[in-house]
Amino acid sequence: MSNDKQTNLYWKKNILYLALLLGVWFIVSYGFSIVFANSLNSVKIGGFKLGFWFAQQGSIYIYLVLIAIYVFLMNRLDKEFNVEEK
Amino acid sequence: MSIEIWTYILVGLSFAVYIGIAIMSRAASTKEFYVAGGGVPPLANGMATAADWMSAASFISMAGLISFMGYDGSVYLMGWTGGYVLLALLLAPYLRKFGKFTIPDFFGDRYYSQAARMIAVFAAIFISFTYVAGQMRGVGIVFSRFLNVDIDIGVVIGMIIVFFYAVLGGMKGITYTQVAQYVILIFAYLVPAIFISIMVTNNPIPQLGFGAQLNDGSGMYLLDKLDGLNTALGFAPYTSGTKTTADVFFITAALMLGTAGLPHVIVRFFTVPKVKDARMSVFWALLFISILYTTAPAIAAFARTNLIQTVSEKSYAEAPAWVKNWEKTGLIKFEDKNKDGKMQYVKDKAANELTIDRDIMVLANPEIAKLPNWVVGLIAAGALAAALSTAAGLLLTVSTSISHDLLKKNLKPDLSEKGELLAARISAGGAVLVAGYFGIHPPGFVAEVVAFAFGLAASSIFPAIVMGIFDKRMNKEGAIAGMVTGLAFTTAYIVYFKFVNPDINTVDHWWFGISPEGIGTGGAIINAVVSFAVSRATPKPPAEVEAMVEDIRVPRKA
Repeated sequence: MSNDKQTNLYWKKNILYLALLLGVWFIVSYGFSIVFANSLNSVKIGGFKLGFWFAQQGSIYIYLVLIAIYVFLMNRLDKEFNVEEK
Repeated sequence: MSIEIWTYILVGLSFAVYIGIAIMSRAASTKEFYVAGGGVPPLANGMATAADWMSAASFISMAGLISFMGYDGSVYLMGWTGGYVLLALLLAPYLRKFGKFTIPDFFGDRYYSQAARMIAVFAAIFISFTYVAGQMRGVGIVFSRFLNVDIDIGVVIGMIIVFFYAVLGGMKGITYTQVAQYVILIFAYLVPAIFISIMVTNNPIPQLGFGAQLNDGSGMYLLDKLDGLNTALGFAPYTSGTKTTADVFFITAALMLGTAGLPHVIVRFFTVPKVKDARMSVFWALLFISILYTTAPAIAAFARTNLIQTVSEKSYAEAPAWVKNWEKTGLIKFEDKNKDGKMQYVKDKAANELTIDRDIMVLANPEIAKLPNWVVGLIAAGALAAALSTAAGLLLTVSTSISHDLLKKNLKPDLSEKGELLAARISAGGAVLVAGYFGIHPPGFVAEVVAFAFGLAASSIFPAIVMGIFDKRMNKEGAIAGMVTGLAFTTAYIVYFKFVNPDINTVDHWWFGISPEGIGTGGAIINAVVSFAVSRATPKPPAEVEAMVEDIRVPRKA
């Protein structure tokens, strides 16, 4: 494969990862914590109503996990395409 | 030892550490002054970013704000952390690969135009000064409350400290000072939070205690109790808000987009050696930030429960000492309207007798929880660390925008390396003086203007950088048209409701029920649509710019 094709494929995979991770980011922030917060509030975990917990705790933990997954995936992708900085 | 002596000792020690670091890490070149030589390890950069980001407002005011807003306060928690996901995925690695010194550098090169560079310079300077005024004021307030020093003298002391390490050390100096400041501020924030969590629920972890049962023998969950207390006094239940869903949606988005577009935060990712380090340092930054941001809502709930149970319908004469201590500072006001000698704290303005400043939730926490005197001194040192670290980051952004983007890259391209470094130091010094002036004579509209800073960053800087990386076809005509319309729309909406016609700043008059705080999201959407349309109707960017976009998308050529 030529260099250009390789680079294109690298970029496409990158965009796919972004779409998946930002999809989760959007659903957690704007779905669970805002639009559906009231319905989720009927579920309780310990003393927390679920929608409220997502808005004030859960979303932040999920953001951290998303960034960690992103770092892992991209470092792996860099190696796979041999584009990591040495 | 008294509170005052403890405060002097802890604040004095922390200042000595900052000055020591400043002397050890003097900047010798513009690269060191602008981006700390590009050699900051990701963990240290994460800590420095966290201290840079968490301001006096995050430290002193946020928990109190959430305490009064309940669920609605989530906009700040999610807005100011969710933006880091955007930073990690859409900006930080590519800007690191771009590898210049400032945000306006990116605008000037990617959009091959001095006009784009100047729009970025204007936005960076405006946003930074808006913010820094509040920080210097915060330093003065902490001094006056804890050490009985005049506010103005407190501001001047803060100026001298910042002057020291920002002017001497530039980015190198502030980075390592910010690491120390993070450690101090997070320790100061957690100690009282842990004590209060144990006091209220027996659980030492505030994030869990917040959802636990009260230890008063009732077996009731804290949040259920709080919902009940709020409702009984006429407030909305704590766990459901009063804002409309659309407004919460738009404000959260504006704060996220704004966070990812703040120049003093973005520039921190220019300081690490590799693309990989840029990705990792966003993770560290959010980890360090989230320690404070997940504790704040717990403090908010504990403090509100404590407060209501201590004061509501209780006799004023028998109120605990802290109520009277803080009454002296004006943060609590009591007016016995019905002359029954008891304190009524209710939603109804005509019957309410207590006015409580939101800052009290953090500042008075150690006294409410009957903690030892050294904890109070620690809170003072922590609040100062939060204010000074943010102020330094902002002042550095202002100084680099002037010395690098305005002088070297625009007005005086023949400036030598030495001359540029001197210009950077002089403009940092000048920026400290201007910030100090605003700290001593605060413009009355600081709170309004902070919303404006986020709106501006969301509607101009963030979309223009993202499109510059992800849309190769984006050209200078598109980017400039988008930024100008996005800025004009956001500015017009905020100025209209906040300054021209503040009487009708209510949900009935807002477009689609969106408050001025959330309108930056609309501005960002308009920016993106206009940029896209204009860029497709005008010529392609030059080949070398397309090559540059290709280049920043990949860490290294295969």
